[in-house]
Amino acid sequence: MEPVVHLRDAVALLGRFPALAGVDLDVERGEIVLLRGPNGAGKTTVLRACAGLVPVVRGEARVLGHDLRRDNRPVRRRVGLLGHATGLFEDLTVADNVTFWGRAYRAGRDDVDAALAVTGLSTRLRDVPVARLSAGQRRRTSLACLLARRPELWLLDEPHGGLDHDARELVDRLVRQAVAAGATVVMSSHDLDRAEALADRVVELAAGTTVAGRRAEPVERDERAAAAVTPEQGAAPTAVTHVA
Amino acid sequence: MWRDATLVAGRDLRVEARSRVTVNQVAPFALLVLILFAFALDPEGPVLERATPGLYWVTVLFSALLAIARSAKLDEADGVRDALRLSALDPAGVFAGKALAVAAELVALELLLGAGVVVLYGADPAGVGLLVATCAAATAAVATAGTLYGALVSGLRVRETLLPLLLLPVLAPVLIGATRAFDAALGGVPADGWPWCGLLAAFAVLYSVAGALAYGTLLEGS
Repeated sequence: MEPVVHLRDAVALLGRFPALAGVDLDVERGEIVLLRGPNGAGKTTVLRACAGLVPVVRGEARVLGHDLRRDNRPVRRRVGLLGHATGLFEDLTVADNVTFWGRAYRAGRDDVDAALAVTGLSTRLRDVPVARLSAGQRRRTSLACLLARRPELWLLDEPHGGLDHDARELVDRLVRQAVAAGATVVMSSHDLDRAEALADRVVELAAGTTVAGRRAEPVERDERAAAAVTPEQGAAPTAVTHVA
Repeated sequence: MWRDATLVAGRDLRVEARSRVTVNQVAPFALLVLILFAFALDPEGPVLERATPGLYWVTVLFSALLAIARSAKLDEADGVRDALRLSALDPAGVFAGKALAVAAELVALELLLGAGVVVLYGADPAGVGLLVATCAAATAAVATAGTLYGALVSGLRVRETLLPLLLLPVLAPVLIGATRAFDAALGGVPADGWPWCGLLAAFAVLYSVAGALAYGTLLEGS
């Protein structure tokens, strides 16, 4: 079966600066891959290139069966990117934001409600303007927007950044649930202990190239499946179980 | 496309309703400009009466600049542009939605300013049909051209000063056409105003098509 992500000697430019100088990466369906490396190694650029936001100018770049160098539009609608930026409108409430982005990604009302419930935003914070939220609450709102769209490929840039312990646990749980439902995850994180425990495989980047890709201790699929059906915060995570 | 346009217009108008920038800042600014013109040109003299159509549309254009800059800024928020690029929204629909939201704000401003010129300048709106048609065509022209140029300067550090510099010359035909049409409707011969109204409609169509075609490229490039 074709890998979900296939980068071979991929080169990407940010302006005239080569942000990726030959990255090799293969990610199979249902895998959780952690990108690791120092600041400036190219982790964020790899994630953005996989989303079709940064053009790959040389090498091979196929994501979800599509050649990114030919047409990235079919890929964009099937990936979910949780980046450093929140993508939220400060004056709108949490529910308004998740509803808008959910509808922009053709998600139904049920998916939006489920995403709000599963991220713990369906009660007290639902009608609070984003401008009044803490950084962690904003992150959870962004996560809800991502959940509502039910992506096939999750691209998570520092998903644990700025979150408290409970929210980090929530991210891990949602990632496991998504993978159990058939999604694939590529992420970067500086919280290495937590991220390595979550990942199937770690790929090491440095100066825009792949240095190494070693196997982590494999996570048993049975454990994942058990995690996926664990009810949390009293909400049925239907948005996650729908992930294609 | 229209589904996306409705979604985006609803979002922009909801943001405006929540932030109240149009109500609390743009509308008072527009009224203030109208009042300052009245002070400068002597409300009892004939100059103000003759200049009313021009002053009205200059005030509308100045106020429109604020509304357009606000509209463009919404999509420059933290990560919004990337999220738009990743979404399934049709760029032409995003353009139409943003232009519709700006147009809705402009209509509200024009009604307010219309009441202002009647009260402050003593204008007599005789040719109501021509006035309404002119407002509709000019609003569409300003909203579409403004949304397009707003996207063009989006992401630039100098966008706030560059937008009026680029947009005002582009909108000069709208100012001329709308002023001439209003002149005809407010005491002239209304029939003389319809060709100007047609010019405004043609301008609106031109920028609607250009915006719908170019917005996707601008979204990618900014």
